[in-house]
Amino acid sequence: MNWNGNAVSDFMPHFWDGLLVTLQVLVLGSLISFVLGLVWALLMRLPSRWVTWPVGAVTEFVRNTPLLVQLFFLFYVLPEWGLTFSPLTTGVFAIGLHYSTYTMQVYRAGIEAVPAGQWEAATALNLPLARTWTAVILPQAIRRVVPALGNYVISMLKDTPLLMAITVLEMLGEARLFSQANFQFTEPLTVIGIAFIVVSYLASLLLRALERRLVH
Amino acid sequence: MTSGLWELVLQGTWVTIQLLVLSALLATAVSFVVGVARTHRLWIVRFLAGLYTEVFRGTSALVMIFWVFFVLPPAFGWQLVPLWAGTLALGLTYGAYGAEIVRGALQAVSPAQQEAGIALSFTPWQRLRLVLLPQAVPEMIPPFSNLLVELLKGTALVSIMGMGDLAFSGNLVRLALQESAEIYTYLLFIYFVIAFLLTRVMRGLEKKLKAGVVGRAPVRKADAEPKRPETAAVGGAAR
Repeated sequence: MNWNGNAVSDFMPHFWDGLLVTLQVLVLGSLISFVLGLVWALLMRLPSRWVTWPVGAVTEFVRNTPLLVQLFFLFYVLPEWGLTFSPLTTGVFAIGLHYSTYTMQVYRAGIEAVPAGQWEAATALNLPLARTWTAVILPQAIRRVVPALGNYVISMLKDTPLLMAITVLEMLGEARLFSQANFQFTEPLTVIGIAFIVVSYLASLLLRALERRLVH
Repeated sequence: MTSGLWELVLQGTWVTIQLLVLSALLATAVSFVVGVARTHRLWIVRFLAGLYTEVFRGTSALVMIFWVFFVLPPAFGWQLVPLWAGTLALGLTYGAYGAEIVRGALQAVSPAQQEAGIALSFTPWQRLRLVLLPQAVPEMIPPFSNLLVELLKGTALVSIMGMGDLAFSGNLVRLALQESAEIYTYLLFIYFVIAFLLTRVMRGLEKKLKAGVVGRAPVRKADAEPKRPETAAVGGAAR
């Protein structure tokens, strides 16, 4: 294996650009998936079948189809319908939507794990429904699910390279561009491979710290 | 869509299924070997297996695919056929996830079973084959079923390397028709149907394996339901 140190130092400026985009996608995608997942989970608890059935079917469909094809769908089909977004926006939305179908199940499990006594206590205190949710159920449910949500943030990190396919220049996109321009494949790809391991390790440390603060 | 384009989609589906089956086989082999190695009594074996899972779970499957396609050939002087390169990258990556499932399920088997095996002076291999695995394998099926769907979705990644799978054939059809809504909708539905069939098959398999365990155990109370492995993530949060 021939390793070229110069190629690494040449690649580094591109690497930092790519890392920035990757982190941007990760943060925005996580926010979308956390909010949208909660919305799905709450909609699924409505008593009407006219709501739960379509929401259940759509989320099941999104969860069981590849993110890559969903990215292509949004990237190529939305402009045909007259909606044009930047590749980054499309990518962030697609990844957020895809992962919201996972976080939705996490929230569901968290909500179901709140003891029935809490519901009864809220009824006994005559709390209105909105307040029962915001002050009693959700604070307890979300606290429980932080570790599981964190796992999805880490898997989302590992799905961000897919955005390369719709021309977003995140880490892998930068590496590919650099490789093709300079015909150096080994160094950039190895650098970003290690970067993914390091970032996901740091993220898991961060999440563990957060978990400790929230759970106890 | 013309019949010629449909043929393209069918070929793509066939490549996706081939890739799915091959990489699932490799991933299963890897996950059992590495998962069992993580419960080995020698620390060096445990350490190496742990290193493997951390490295392969830590990096992205797509980066792994790029690595196998672009870095391996110049580094070692041989090049794999795309199908095998895809199988290798996907099998190794998803095998690392599977290894965690195997480890979790093995550790969820009650320690008394292991001790009973020692008391009967079984060799470690016999303990694994006759005591631990028959109880642990049915517990692995639900998480493996999820992983299999993840793997199916992962196979779409090879289209980026120009391998003619289902997602790739979709791109060709888009270029031919200059119109994307229709083909991508079909594509998503085909993937969904495959995923649906996979989960059905796995559910059937689970039922069959579970029946085997209960039938073999002479006395089994209803409340002696074995614990699910801790890989389900959500449950562990409550404590």
